[in-house]
Amino acid sequence: MVYMYVGIAGALGAISRYFIGITFMTNSVFPWATLIVNLVGSYLLAWLTTSLFNRISVSPIIATAISTGYVGSFTTFSTLSVETIELFENQHYLLGVLYVLVSIIGGLVMSRLGFKGSKEVDSTC
Amino acid sequence: MLMHFVYVGIGGFLGAISRFAIAKVLNKQESLPFGTMTVNLLGAFLLGIITGAKANETLLLLLGTGFLGAFTTFSTLKLELIQFYLKNKKHFLLYIIITYGGGIGLAVLGYLIGIICWN
Repeated sequence: MVYMYVGIAGALGAISRYFIGITFMTNSVFPWATLIVNLVGSYLLAWLTTSLFNRISVSPIIATAISTGYVGSFTTFSTLSVETIELFENQHYLLGVLYVLVSIIGGLVMSRLGFKGSKEVDSTC
Repeated sequence: MLMHFVYVGIGGFLGAISRFAIAKVLNKQESLPFGTMTVNLLGAFLLGIITGAKANETLLLLLGTGFLGAFTTFSTLKLELIQFYLKNKKHFLLYIIITYGGGIGLAVLGYLIGIICWN
């Protein structure tokens, strides 16, 4: 049953990402939408799993659906990888390097900001 | 337009379930999270193929944005990295290098395969 919840939440996460992608579509060659989604999602996942779900009582299935399903699908790594090589292919070398660095460091900073305490998080998240 | 959302939703549904199943089997405490690593590296490779092959819009939305977008994850990667940063700096660096180096490398490889085989 948990698979069904993860799937439904995953569908909503993917749709939200797509919606932000078409809403924030700009003329810029820099992939702003993916970066924003990934940074926001990194904060959200850390905050949900280490803070909110510890404070409010929520069933483990719903917690998994929201964290692994929704936020896991909302953020993406495959698009980030392909956008990076597209920046390089179009000779935007500096932007390509910048995109990878901001994703690596920015994502860590956002996750750290949302991370409360030292609780072990379910490894399936 | 509505169909675009439906394609992304169907792909996202299956992508999230596949990631969850793989993570359940391969992610073990105290070692590198091989489940997350597998979905991210495999997903980057497959999206490279689809992009290089210049797949049509429906396929891009269903498989690319929907399935592979949801199959791979950035937020979990970061949360796992923060936990390694707090307790095991060697794993922290290794995990960053494998994921980003491997992910971008495999995306390039997939992209070239897509161009060669479908164009």
